[in-house]
This record gives sequence, C-alpha cells and structure tokens, in this order.
Amino acid sequence: MNSSDTMAGRPQAGRPPRRPLLEIRDLAVQFGPVRAVDGVSLDIAAGPFGLGLVGESGSGKTTIGRAVLRLVPAAAGRILFEGADITALGGGALKDYRRAVQIVFQDPDNTLDPRMRVGAAIAEALGTHRIVPRRLVAERTAALLREAGLDPEFASRYPHQLSGGQRQRVAIARALSVQPRMLVLDEPTSALDVRAQARVLKLIGRLRAERSLSYLLITHNFGVASELCEQTAVLYLGRIAESGPTAKLLSAPAHPYTQALRSAVPQVAAAARSSRIILRGEPPDAASPPPGCLFHPRCPLVIDRCRVEVPELRVVRPGRLVACHRAREVLAGAAMPHNAPGLAAPDGVA
Amino acid sequence: MTLEIAGLEVRFGARPVVSIGDLAVGDAEIVGLAGESGSGKSMTTLAILGLAGTVGATVSGSISLDGRELIGLPDNELRHLRGRRIAAIFQSPSMAFNPVFRVGHMVLRALRLHGLSGSEASDRAAVAMREVLLSPSLLRRYPAQLSGGQLQRVAIALALALRAEILLADEPTSALDVTVQAEVLELLRDLRDREGMSILFISHDLAVVAELCDRVAVMRAGSIVEQGPADQIMSLPRDPYTAELLAAVPKIRTGPGQ
Repeated sequence: MNSSDTMAGRPQAGRPPRRPLLEIRDLAVQFGPVRAVDGVSLDIAAGPFGLGLVGESGSGKTTIGRAVLRLVPAAAGRILFEGADITALGGGALKDYRRAVQIVFQDPDNTLDPRMRVGAAIAEALGTHRIVPRRLVAERTAALLREAGLDPEFASRYPHQLSGGQRQRVAIARALSVQPRMLVLDEPTSALDVRAQARVLKLIGRLRAERSLSYLLITHNFGVASELCEQTAVLYLGRIAESGPTAKLLSAPAHPYTQALRSAVPQVAAAARSSRIILRGEPPDAASPPPGCLFHPRCPLVIDRCRVEVPELRVVRPGRLVACHRAREVLAGAAMPHNAPGLAAPDGVA
Repeated sequence: MTLEIAGLEVRFGARPVVSIGDLAVGDAEIVGLAGESGSGKSMTTLAILGLAGTVGATVSGSISLDGRELIGLPDNELRHLRGRRIAAIFQSPSMAFNPVFRVGHMVLRALRLHGLSGSEASDRAAVAMREVLLSPSLLRRYPAQLSGGQLQRVAIALALALRAEILLADEPTSALDVTVQAEVLELLRDLRDREGMSILFISHDLAVVAELCDRVAVMRAGSIVEQGPADQIMSLPRDPYTAELLAAVPKIRTGPGQ
C-alpha cells in the first residue's frame, strides 16, 4: 500500500486554520476509585483528518472514544462538537449528535445481530434516522455495500456467512449509512488477519478522501496509526504522554514511553528494527497511581524530580506536546539503556 | 532435541486440513510456522501433541522426536512425553489456568504428575519463576490476579520446570500488549540460548516471526508453500502468497517521502 492510497486528501500546508470539528478539553472519566481518563485535551480537525490514540491496555484510549460517543459520562471537562458542548445534550439533540458521530468496534460480531441479514442491518440504521424514503432503502443499501467494497448480493446473507474482514466492511457500511461527520474507529482491524487488515485500512483511507471524513482511530499498533492518521496521541494511564504529527512523533519520539513503545513494534525488515528498549514490569495500578510522573517506575531515564513532580504537557517543538521533564534531552538523543540484563527486580517483588 | 515431521496428514473425515511434506525443528532452533487463520497451524500443534483425536481428526504420516515416532504411541507414553519433553503455550494463558485454583496449585500438580516429590516440585517451580523474571510469591495468587503477560510467563516457567526440550508456542503473544510481547519474545530467545530449548513458534504475525525465528515455514490452506531461513524468506520471498502477507504488514512511516 503506498501512502497516496491511504493518506489521500491530507490537508495541504498553508490552508487557513479552521475550527476543529471536535474539541476535547480537560476530559476526565472516573470509574469508582479509578480515574480512567485524566485531563485529556485533543482536537480533531474537519475532514479528511485522522487522529490516532495509541497506548497499552488500560491506557484509557477506548474510554476516551466512549466519552466522545456519550457512552460513558465525563466526570470533568468538555467535549465540543462544532463548538457546542455535547456532554450535557439530551433528547433530539443527542440523537442528532449520535447520528453525526458513528462507531466501528474491534469485533464486528458484537455489533451485527447474527439473526439479521446484512441488508436488514443496514436498512435498520437507514430507517432509524429516516435517511431515505422507504422505497429507496434497498437501493441505498446496495450502494453502501458497493462503497465498502462488497457485492450488493451480500445484503441477503447472514453475518456468519461472511469472513471477518467482510463483516467489518458491513459494520463500516452501516456506520456510513447515516452520513456521519465523524467516526470513532476502535481497533477496527486488530481482530483481522493481516491481508484483511490491509484491505480494511485501504478502504478507510479511500472513504476518508471520498467522504471527507474525520475519525478518532483507537489502536495499539503504531503501524496502523502511521497509515491513517496525521496526528497521534500516546496515552499512558489515562493521560497524554505525547502528541504531535504522526510521522514526526514516530521518527523522533520525545517521551521515553513513546520511544519504548515504538521500539517494541516488531518489524519485518531487519534494517527497520531499532534497538529495543524493554520496559520491566507492568503499568501501575490505576486505583493507586504513583506520585510524580505516572511513568517513572518503568522509565529508563528516571531522575529524582520525576518521582515527586508531575510533568506538565508542554510544547517542545511546533505542534508537539510532551509530558516529560527530560523531553528536550530525549529529543536531543539522550542515551536510552537498551535491554540491559538483570535491569530490574522480578515482577511482584514488593 | 529434534522434531521431524514427514508426510503428515490431518483429516476431518475425508477432508484434509493439514498436509505437510516435511518440517523440522533442530536442536536449540526456533522455527516459525506462519499463516492466516484457518491455514492449519493450530491443527499441526494439536497433532504434534497427540491431541488431534480429541477434536475428531485423524492423523497419518510421521512425527518424530529425536528419531522416536510419536504417531501410534499408546496414550500413557504420549502423556509422559507431553509436558515432560514437549511443552505447549497458547494464545490465551488465562484459558490454560483454572480460575478457582491458585496458580501454584496447578504448576505443582503438573510437576508431581511427572514424578517429582512435593518439595522437589516447589523448589523447581520457584527457580523457574525467577528464570522468567517473576517472583515465586505470585504462585500463591489466583489467575485473575495476574496480568496476561505474567500468566504467559508462568506457563513458560512450567515448561522450564518440567525441563521440556521442545516448546510449541501457539500465538503466545497475540493477546499481549506490544511492550509485554517484546518481553515474552526476549524470554523465548533467552530460553533457547541458555537452556538449548527448541521452539516451534506459531503466529499470524510475520513481523514477530521475522524477529524471533531462525527459519520460517509459511502455511496456506493446510500446506507449507515456502520454507527457509527467516532473513531470506522476509527479504526475498519466492511464493507470491508470502509476498502478499509481507506487503500487508502495516509499515511505520517516519517521513513524507516514505
């Protein structure tokens, strides 16, 4: 896949700045004692535009997507869609918002009713939001399937008669049926085989250009973010560790966590493999986060300051925000200890 | 320990699902078996473990360990080999542990089944836990109290404690975060280097296979389409299917020109 396929419609430099389509401001989400998302601010530009959210399990990336969809309540902060706060919407306004922002999940099996034919599943979405008159539903369904790269005859099939990649295309066709302005794509390809993944990524790249879509792409895979997102935010325990233009963030990470995560991505080409930084231990318990920088217990570059002072997210280069006391040193090429034997005490040793 | 497969056929009734002409894992070698879902990778694992019959498949051909034929061995002899000389770890380590027993209960029971006394079993389990960089105190916890990466390392520790000579690793890192995956891959490499363990590493992820394995066999629809040294397969695939799989791996781009 070359970059012009997936990144078609990339905004040109020099275009006057427009108000972002979605603005997340100081968002916090609380689950019991756990602050799953803490003080996160992100912008999603008007389409075509992709923002990648990358992090390990428990980093809060999926929770942010759910808060954007109003599936979990915000404990603090605001989410502005076209300038209007959606955290307090109700009734018809909420229904309109939910039509404008659609989600595609990791596992299409959980979103497609196994007893409903593919065509009926798409027709249901068209009917709920009265997108087309009833006599045109079948025609529109066929057009949507074609747009998602499927034969319109698939309308008469059941989900189990389709492959995983085909089911994910159906889920995408259904999300598109209500003419959304924005998509939340939650690990859309991580359950797929590698060839099916490549085809679905290509489809998303094509649709973003044709429909001028914006999306929030939640993924644990830097490769996927690299193919589809102009901007990427790296999350650690509910906070942004680093954000910026994807290619720049990946070529010169400014946060030791991004650096470690980037180095852990397996690469086919031996030349593309960077020296691996192995993080010892697991992320700390979110219910009792460590003082200072959340990453300091695993950080290879930890200094005393990190244990006591929470690093603010600040600009280190144009467009790049990093929450690390040593970001400038990291960018300047501070040596990272690579894979030193016996680096840390075994897990679980208190 | 050398594992050799020749003329292996696994069938459901008349339908063949695996047909492997030859595949070998040499002493202290890591061989990758790569392919998509449905390619027959996991059925091959079950056949090597002598468990294909439990899912209703029939096996013919030859699977031998250091020249000793496994196909047709009586159950009790197979059971002795399985675990003791051939160990296996799977994608979902939580499925390998009974949730109502402490982790250590299952580890010790497996060791005692293979003839160790109670105190030998605890000693050996503690040593193996340290070898996989876990505290032996984790053996007192329940599976739900450990992370996926920790459980996978306990499963590897069990193989170590049994002094297994060949490890079948079936997608052992596919459910793990990339940082934890890097740790488990490092551990597997280490086991080969230090213990001389032979490893058959089964995965759909060619990038992982490329990093870990000495040799690679690519499977499609039950057959091996290509095998050879990992570097060679990754840089100069001869089979178009291998090339297609390689091209499909998402690439990290670090500049607009790439």
